[in-house]
Amino acid sequence: MESLSPGFRGRRRGVADRLPPGQYPTEDFPVLSAGPTPQVATDDWEFTLTSEKGVAHRWGWDAMMALPQEEPVVDIHCVTRWSKFDTRWRGVPMDAFLEGVETEAVHAMFESYGGYSTNVPLADLRNGRAWLVHTFDGYPLAPEHGGPARMLVPRLYFWKSAKWVRGVRLMPDERLGFWEQMGYHHYGDPWREQRVRGD
Amino acid sequence: MAAAWWRARLVEREALSAAGRRLVFAVREWPGHLAGQHLDVRLTAGDGYRAVRSYSLSAPAHGDRVEIAVRPTPGGEVSPYLGDELPLDAAVEVRGPLGGWFVWRPEQAGPVLLAAGGSGIAPLMAMVRARRAADSTAPFRLVYSVRSPEELWYGDELAEAAGGAGGGRAGRAGADVATRLVYTRRAGPRAARSPGRIGAGDLLDPAVEPSAHPTCYVCGPTAFVEHTADLLVAAGHAPEDVRTERFG
Repeated sequence: MESLSPGFRGRRRGVADRLPPGQYPTEDFPVLSAGPTPQVATDDWEFTLTSEKGVAHRWGWDAMMALPQEEPVVDIHCVTRWSKFDTRWRGVPMDAFLEGVETEAVHAMFESYGGYSTNVPLADLRNGRAWLVHTFDGYPLAPEHGGPARMLVPRLYFWKSAKWVRGVRLMPDERLGFWEQMGYHHYGDPWREQRVRGD
Repeated sequence: MAAAWWRARLVEREALSAAGRRLVFAVREWPGHLAGQHLDVRLTAGDGYRAVRSYSLSAPAHGDRVEIAVRPTPGGEVSPYLGDELPLDAAVEVRGPLGGWFVWRPEQAGPVLLAAGGSGIAPLMAMVRARRAADSTAPFRLVYSVRSPEELWYGDELAEAAGGAGGGRAGRAGADVATRLVYTRRAGPRAARSPGRIGAGDLLDPAVEPSAHPTCYVCGPTAFVEHTADLLVAAGHAPEDVRTERFG
């Protein structure tokens, strides 16, 4: 069989240990979303955690800002193949929202202003693995990047880090979010290159 | 949606502009796709190093043929190779179709507003072509923003789709896709407006006014998409009617 893409050399990367398969590093912060950017004022903003029994816990902007804050510095990996190293955020670990919440749920669905949704196993939101963030690189998070607040779940492809997040619903069983229903992978681990269903 | 990689043989390459290229590949296993979907292209170097990029399909499915449009980025890793170096008859690998949101289906009878910035025309061209292939009479309007007349892609085909020169289909009710060109830097000789960024007025058309709930497809660079989607929402289009796809 003749060779593929003859004459292609490509560019070697010096960052192989930090770059999941099929990704390339970028200095930019590209924007990806399925529709217009919602404009949400912090005065109107609310975050609701709903247990599988339907019990709702609500935080307004000031209540959220009064929770313990952390400054994660993480690498992020978009399914469109860019990765960005050492991104610096400020926000509330999901553990702080989950503290004291009685649940036997295994899965979670994030829901956003504008109608977006994405599913994540609850285990990936605990123990310092996920944050609700409101600050990027020292500045309030811009609307096109998900401001006033978005999720940050850096262990999974970045579509799991819902922009304009307004709530999380805990679920006993897995249900699929917006892109997952369109054929993207239900879990989305960049290191196992789980981009689409069947990967 | 399939996760397998297939060999794709380059069977045609044609200039769309000084830099833009239309590439047609033959992919034996290709399962077909919807207008607006994209595919992944994978290149492999002699030592096994690989690079993958996504490209929008610029034409509806046609047997084993798939078409993409490439605008080589100076200094880019993949696009200059596809645009000018990959030999005719040589193979790359592809997989797809990918994406299920930014799509137009022939059974959609409602009005459609397409807004393209630069090479963002590619998936919207697939929609214009799919509409024609299906003999659909869904009202379509295209607003196409490019820097200058030299960067216009598919100019003749769009004129034909609009029922203009060489069209001959203008008599068919609802057959036309009226196209409005927005030049941002330098306008052509017969341009209807002076050069400048797309504005609210460019998106106004009775066939696709907000009360008709047209599905709006916006594709282009991020700044174009952010600005245009904001204009559409400000004009009264429901956010859920506005679908976006961006690059860069």
